[in-house]
Amino acid sequence: MNSLGRLFAVMGKELRQLRRDRLTFAMIVGIPIMQILLFGYAINTDVRNLKSAIADQAGTHLSRQFISDLKQTQVLDFQYVVETPMEIEELLRTGRISAGVYIPYDFDRRVIDGNRFAAHLLVDGADPTIVGVANQLRSMRVTFDTWEAPSESAGTLEVRPFYNPDQRSAVYVVPGLIGIILTFTMMLFTAVSIVRERELGNLELLINTPVRTIELMVGKVVPYIVIGLVQLGLIVAVGQLLFNVPLRGSFVDLYLAASVFIAANLALGLFVSTIVKTQFQAIQATIFMIMPSILITGFIFPFDGMPKIIQYIGEILPNTHFIRMTRGIMLRDASLGDMASELLILVVFTFVAMTAAILRFSKRLD
Amino acid sequence: MNVVNTDLVIKARGLSKNFGNLAAVSDLDLDVPRAMIYGFLGPNGSGKSTTIRMLCGLLTPSSGSAVVLGTEVPGDTEALKPRIGYMTQKFSLYGDLTCIENLRFIADIYSYPREKKAARINELIHKYDLTAQVHQFTGTLSGGEKQRLALACAVLHKPELLFLDEPTSAVDPKSRRDFWASLFELVEMGTTILVSTHYMDEAERCHRLAILDHGTKVADGTPTDLQASTGMTVIEVLADNPARAQALIKRLPDVTSVTQLGLKLRVLIPNTTPEPLSLVTTMLSEHDIHASTEEVPASLEDVFVAVTQKKRAPETSE
Repeated sequence: MNSLGRLFAVMGKELRQLRRDRLTFAMIVGIPIMQILLFGYAINTDVRNLKSAIADQAGTHLSRQFISDLKQTQVLDFQYVVETPMEIEELLRTGRISAGVYIPYDFDRRVIDGNRFAAHLLVDGADPTIVGVANQLRSMRVTFDTWEAPSESAGTLEVRPFYNPDQRSAVYVVPGLIGIILTFTMMLFTAVSIVRERELGNLELLINTPVRTIELMVGKVVPYIVIGLVQLGLIVAVGQLLFNVPLRGSFVDLYLAASVFIAANLALGLFVSTIVKTQFQAIQATIFMIMPSILITGFIFPFDGMPKIIQYIGEILPNTHFIRMTRGIMLRDASLGDMASELLILVVFTFVAMTAAILRFSKRLD
Repeated sequence: MNVVNTDLVIKARGLSKNFGNLAAVSDLDLDVPRAMIYGFLGPNGSGKSTTIRMLCGLLTPSSGSAVVLGTEVPGDTEALKPRIGYMTQKFSLYGDLTCIENLRFIADIYSYPREKKAARINELIHKYDLTAQVHQFTGTLSGGEKQRLALACAVLHKPELLFLDEPTSAVDPKSRRDFWASLFELVEMGTTILVSTHYMDEAERCHRLAILDHGTKVADGTPTDLQASTGMTVIEVLADNPARAQALIKRLPDVTSVTQLGLKLRVLIPNTTPEPLSLVTTMLSEHDIHASTEEVPASLEDVFVAVTQKKRAPETSE
């Protein structure tokens, strides 16, 4: 059992060093909390209170009614009241507003005719989110108070949002955020780990001892799995307390999925650590890896909406599979069994990355 | 060479290592017998560290091979690891662990028997005078303390062969003396020690010595043998104007080197030159410099200067 003894020696050493490294220790707790606050509050796809201008040339009872309806949607916040559409354009161009409503003098006539647009919504088309909101406003109906409500003239499809009926962003963001935070911290810790020993000279001593590569690698990874699981608990707890993010599925399933996902990231981090020469390079490599984990894993943009080629690349990233699992478990009460293939991919990924790291690491200096 | 002892701990033949175009070590033959201190003497960049790293399997030789403790190098050097100890040039223990934690870690890494571990660590702490530093972080130790701890860790598992790469470069003379005393203790218990150094006084303490220069072994033997076979006459000159005297003596075509040591000049002249003493005295008296001259036995530094100059001589004449 010499091998086990050496493994425990490496693990014990890692934990001791970690405990004494105040800054790293603070990051273990600090990074998840900071990121969940940032993302939880900042990422907001339900757009409200767009700065806007109104040019009401009609000035009729109907147009005032229409403006008040627009106000009630809370989408537009009329900060400027102007006379002409040219003034709206000027405000748009200078960036003081994101949208403007122009009501022409023959507004009532146009509403009655019904074959022309009654009013214009001028929007800053550079921001796709704003355009999306504008399109929603298009369907707003204008009616004279005295009219009978048209029967069943609503859209042909009724949208019923499952799992997140209030359409709150945080509910969707937080489960994905678990993957981002774990990717970032886990990869960073391990990417730096071996190269730090190399920089400090410890490695030259270590490779002259009987310690085997696999003992060194596994010994460095295991303590961080525990840390990752602590972080997971923290994120779930903060998500529930601050943003009411539910955990509808099984706690055990979530932890199981996370354990494999953490192992995958640690293995990848170790692999990076065997390639880079300095700690600085290790940090750069981590950032290089974190960007696609945020952008093309379905965390921000819907996975199915991305071009096929990007989807294929996304499928390689552990975070893609983990996000599917966390959203499934936390929001849809799915079980791990429902998503066995995702878990399997992560297991294979871990195995491949760990093998690559062990093969790459040589107990030699040349 | 008078080594007929078949019990060679290290036997290297034609060992070479190139880094790109640089020949760090070229065609090195080495015979290190058991239970003695074998020294590598040479300036920085002479290939001492590279040789040590090749011998313990950290670097693959570009050509040539060695047998270390019966194991072929290059070969399965992992089998060698439990039997050798290695003290790196730079302090390489964990600075954020205490002395005792480092010792325990090393003991576990070498799978030192659990029941004897505490006793062994205790023994080392006392032997290497680390009692007061047991719970101190090693990053905060003094140079001498670091070195004693590094030695303690290197010998913890009682290796048969100990590699020390410039072990005393960062310690004061007193610590150095103590350090060497502990090396002799280890040798008495049967350990073979290969130590690299650029200090002459340390080299003098070695049982045997190889002088390296630009990756080549230029001489080897016991310090006494080396001093006896320099092929140089060493003349000490005490002159009233040493700077001028040095300049004059340098003009003599036969003189290999002139070095000033305090008030005295040390002149090396090849044995092949007849009447070396009168050569120097004539030169000085011709220029009205009063000097007393004396032929003295060669020191190890003279040997070093002699062998490294000899090798470079043809290059400079081209």
